Amino acid sequence: MPTACLPDLPGVGFKPDHFAAIRADAAGIGFFEVHAENYMGAGGLPHAQLAALRADHPLSIHGVGLSIGGPGRLDADHLARLRRLCARYQPESFSEHLAWSSHGAEFLNDLLPLPYTEETLRLVCDHVDQVQEALGLRMALENPATYLCFSQSTIPETAFLAEVSARTGCGLLLDVNNVFVSCTNHRTDARAWLADFPLDRVTEIHLGGHETEHLPSGPLLIDSHGRAVADPVWALFAEVIAKAGPRPTLVEWDNDLPAWPVLAAEAARAGQVLAAGRGAGLARAS
Amino acid sequence: MPAHPEFVAAFEAALRGGPLPAGVLAQDAAEAARRFAVYRNNGAVSLSEALGSRFPVIRQLVGASFFAALARAYLETSRPRSPVLAEWGASFAAFLEHFPPLAAYPYLGDVARIEYARGRAFHAADAPPVDPRALAGADPDRVRLGLHPSVHLLDCAYPAVSIWMRNQPGAQPAPLESGPQTALILRDPAFQVPVRALGPGDAALLHALMAGATLTRAADMAQQRQAGHEPQPLLVSLMQSGAITEARE
Repeated sequence: MPTACLPDLPGVGFKPDHFAAIRADAAGIGFFEVHAENYMGAGGLPHAQLAALRADHPLSIHGVGLSIGGPGRLDADHLARLRRLCARYQPESFSEHLAWSSHGAEFLNDLLPLPYTEETLRLVCDHVDQVQEALGLRMALENPATYLCFSQSTIPETAFLAEVSARTGCGLLLDVNNVFVSCTNHRTDARAWLADFPLDRVTEIHLGGHETEHLPSGPLLIDSHGRAVADPVWALFAEVIAKAGPRPTLVEWDNDLPAWPVLAAEAARAGQVLAAGRGAGLARAS
Repeated sequence: MPAHPEFVAAFEAALRGGPLPAGVLAQDAAEAARRFAVYRNNGAVSLSEALGSRFPVIRQLVGASFFAALARAYLETSRPRSPVLAEWGASFAAFLEHFPPLAAYPYLGDVARIEYARGRAFHAADAPPVDPRALAGADPDRVRLGLHPSVHLLDCAYPAVSIWMRNQPGAQPAPLESGPQTALILRDPAFQVPVRALGPGDAALLHALMAGATLTRAADMAQQRQAGHEPQPLLVSLMQSGAITEARE
């Protein structure tokens, strides 16, 4: 299975509003990431922009609609769309989420949580196998931001992800903001979560902003991608890089978009952390 | 016994307002409800925003808060059938026409059809324009034109083009037309998707061309609809917009 690689540099989630600014100055940006579902039309501006970006930069395609954590078979039509998209743009990375987003034929447009059990582990592994076979590449699976836990779960999230990676050979996309959000929400320790997580399987890192609500029992963080990365998330990210060495790191900002220089500055901050981690680090599992 | 299908079904029912699925861990019932509400909110808000970005003029006409309620009502019967949200909303125009609270605003359906067609045009396949010489040298009695995949022609019962234009950013207030209008929607070479109203002759000409008529036959039909109609201006405009992609005899 061919394994392309994103560079161990900061990347940015591409937004069409930033296209002209990016073409004028993309200094220091190691790659761009797009949501697959935004590029499934036949033609027009989205493909013109993506083709231009792709010609000059490494590309990560990030799916938000495959429902890998859902029951039953994956949507064959959607898998075929992803295959066409990956064949057209030859991305260095394709990733999706440990979550479900469809019910029957209906798409719910959210990343919904699943209990972690032997049953769902087999299901997710089958789905990851199916994706990797259909796309002809090694995918990466992302840890979710969650707001609930379930009594049905018998496997810790870290062990679940490690086992999916071990059984299918997929990489892991470590979203450090999601770790912080989930652990804060579940009153657990993000550092303990990271200590249990197989950092040697990490092929990409995500950083994004979150919102804070308050429950009687403490904070409830919402993964909003609508603001700058929070300081505790930067601190966790620096610890991960010091331990694992530099990894391709994406700054996600999907809502309440800032001007390009603001986003580029966030990416530059990630780049400083990555530079400081050069020379450190783990061997990467293949 | 597989438990996951039942879990997902119960979770989805709870998103629609049913009781929370079994197994939710939280300090108490109130907190469980607050936590679950994040999921209820995420899906409903993100889809409402997606619908609003497909139908910005409808949102502007009815107001943001009414639109949010409208989107919730539409979602009850017409959730997206695929993760490609650009394909969603084909039935929104008909939904507006049959939504009782909007019975006094029958033109909204036509405006929504224009907005949906603009979305289709924005994402339509690419096609290079025809060589102007091929068209210039063609025999009008035999030549049939191929049009760009983004070209949409909509016969509206209401002056929906004028309404759409009045609700564009920076539009000057203008007296509203009355009566039906035919809307021409296409994507130009700069990827803009303008909307314009065609007069009866132009509309007949383009309808005939899109149905595969020869140039002479289409011009005849335009004449029948509007005496003295000149086909040239519309054809030149279509050429300039890159909308004629083929001239075949």
